Amino acid sequence: MTALGYYGEFGGRFVAETLVPALAQLERAVHEIVLREPFQREWRDLLSSYVGRPTPLWRAERLSRAVDPSGDLLGELWLKREDLCHTGAHKINNALGQVLLAKKLGKTRVIAETGAGQHGVATATAAAMMGLPCAVYMGAVDVARQAPNVARMRLLGARVLPVESGSRTLKDAMNEALRDWVTHVADTHYCVGSAAGPHPYPMLVAELQRVIGDEARAEWAEGPGGLPDTVVACVGGGSNAIGMFRAFISDPVELYGVEAAGEGLDTERHAATLTRGRVGVLHGARTLVLSDDDGQILEAHSVSAGLDYPGVGPEHAALLRSGRAKYLAVTDAEAVAALHLVARTEGILVALETAHAFAGLPAIARAEHARLGRPARVALCLSGRGDKDLATVAEHTP
Amino acid sequence: MTVERLDQCFAACRAEKRPALVIYLTVGDPSVDDSVACALAALAAGADILELGVPFSDPSADGPVIAAASQRAIRAGGSLRAALEVARRVRLESGAPLVLFSYVNPLIAFGEERLPTALAAAGVDAVLVVDLPPEEGTALRAGLLRESLAVVPLIAPTTDPERERLVLEGARGFAYYVSATGVTGLGDAPLSTAARRARAIADKSSLPVVVGFGVDGPEKAQLLARAGVDGVVVGSAIVKAIAAEPDGAARVQAVTALVSSLRRALV
Repeated sequence: MTALGYYGEFGGRFVAETLVPALAQLERAVHEIVLREPFQREWRDLLSSYVGRPTPLWRAERLSRAVDPSGDLLGELWLKREDLCHTGAHKINNALGQVLLAKKLGKTRVIAETGAGQHGVATATAAAMMGLPCAVYMGAVDVARQAPNVARMRLLGARVLPVESGSRTLKDAMNEALRDWVTHVADTHYCVGSAAGPHPYPMLVAELQRVIGDEARAEWAEGPGGLPDTVVACVGGGSNAIGMFRAFISDPVELYGVEAAGEGLDTERHAATLTRGRVGVLHGARTLVLSDDDGQILEAHSVSAGLDYPGVGPEHAALLRSGRAKYLAVTDAEAVAALHLVARTEGILVALETAHAFAGLPAIARAEHARLGRPARVALCLSGRGDKDLATVAEHTP
Repeated sequence: MTVERLDQCFAACRAEKRPALVIYLTVGDPSVDDSVACALAALAAGADILELGVPFSDPSADGPVIAAASQRAIRAGGSLRAALEVARRVRLESGAPLVLFSYVNPLIAFGEERLPTALAAAGVDAVLVVDLPPEEGTALRAGLLRESLAVVPLIAPTTDPERERLVLEGARGFAYYVSATGVTGLGDAPLSTAARRARAIADKSSLPVVVGFGVDGPEKAQLLARAGVDGVVVGSAIVKAIAAEPDGAARVQAVTALVSSLRRALV
């Protein structure tokens, strides 16, 4: 990454002038506070005593055989169990770090945007624990389809503010959070939930999520031994994926991100930004976006609220361009089917977001077998649990 | 012409000892034809400079009035291409400076390389990009300057003096002072403070500095005029007036009435 927050041609800080000084302050704070020992110690103590880290690596044998009965393509499959984190997903790693930082910066209020509600719940949780008022912007469509998380945030004392503008999903929630921040920038910290947004957010969020990959890499060395051949994660904005990828980026390990193809890549209803996007600027970063010829951002679609976003973190766009990571897309139907399969074979109810990573496994296993000439040993980031999705899954199950 | 048109305009207003009146409208709300008619009506009623707002799907620096106008405009065919058409049609009848007001993504989609010549050909004199701070868009800036188009720098209450120098470096035409931390259309901007800062920036930079955000009618425009600012920008109030009327003739009338009252307040 360059000084201006660029990963290759992607990243940067495309925001209104009012916000530039706040982002510069945040950038200094990342270097002078977050990356230094005292903060790291305090945050890691919270991760262990409050979140329950380290999360285990679980070998999914029955699922492996269900995906590939022969065992010729998919060798070992190990799941990094972020669903076992307090609040049920990896989002808490980042939220705790950012709310802790907000306190150290003397901010008296935190705001967040949320899609699936997991980041909203995580931020509300961290804010409750550290005694800061919290407001969460959430698209009205998502408020309806993620009702349990809305109730959870309210129980935690957060104000949930439904956003009625635009497509009434995650991108509009982020617009509204930016409007709030530009208005209350002196006393408010904007806790961005994904590795997206203006510099330094992609870098800050990646630093706070790389704990996933760092743990997984150490656990793999101790358990299965050596390194995995392949690392897999779902990608919306891309925070769990970048957290997982960071640890393996200099290793001879193939990195796969799986994004949402919605109703199909050839329809207009998908969220496959990396597969189908074009270069543009959304929410402060130059990245790949779903946009029309006039530069209007298109509405994304995914059965999973957390992947329903027409942009993506700039580091993923750069990893795609450089070829260091590969990205594929799976449909709503494939993701829902994968959710069922994981539940029945492993006894784990995964989030619809995470289900996309599982749905990518057959294609990834074939490609990796072709590359390696033997069954691949795969580490997959099980980014969150699926309790919040029960209603949606019931609706989409034939 | 281009940037010289702005210089002449501010010089003329200075000679009349009043600030320039800058009027913003969202192109395509409710139609491209309406935008042309309202733009010409604003100029006839005393506007000195027009800001042609390119509607964008995700206007995160705008308040509800302009955000809603952008959504309506996009549905009605508003776009950067439509803004160029409006500029061309206004330019046929007026020599007033035209400023393209946009977020950066429509500019990227149009093609940053062909944008400067297209703007110059349409009669646009300057470009204001809300989400393009001075660290970004080096190539685009250079291209615009080659066509003698001004790139309007924005300064906010949060911009410190050191950054202010960076923002103003090499700026031509005019600078825009954002009166308050917030989005467009806010009601309680501290305009007296804003006017003092704008004047201080103008003194230091010898560049005209206009003040925008929160100027919702003649009273506030007059406050800024008395404080001696170089220009006053009115946006949301115009957009609101256009949106309130049921037909084209009434919209033109509403714009004429509002701009006339603003202009009278500046003398």
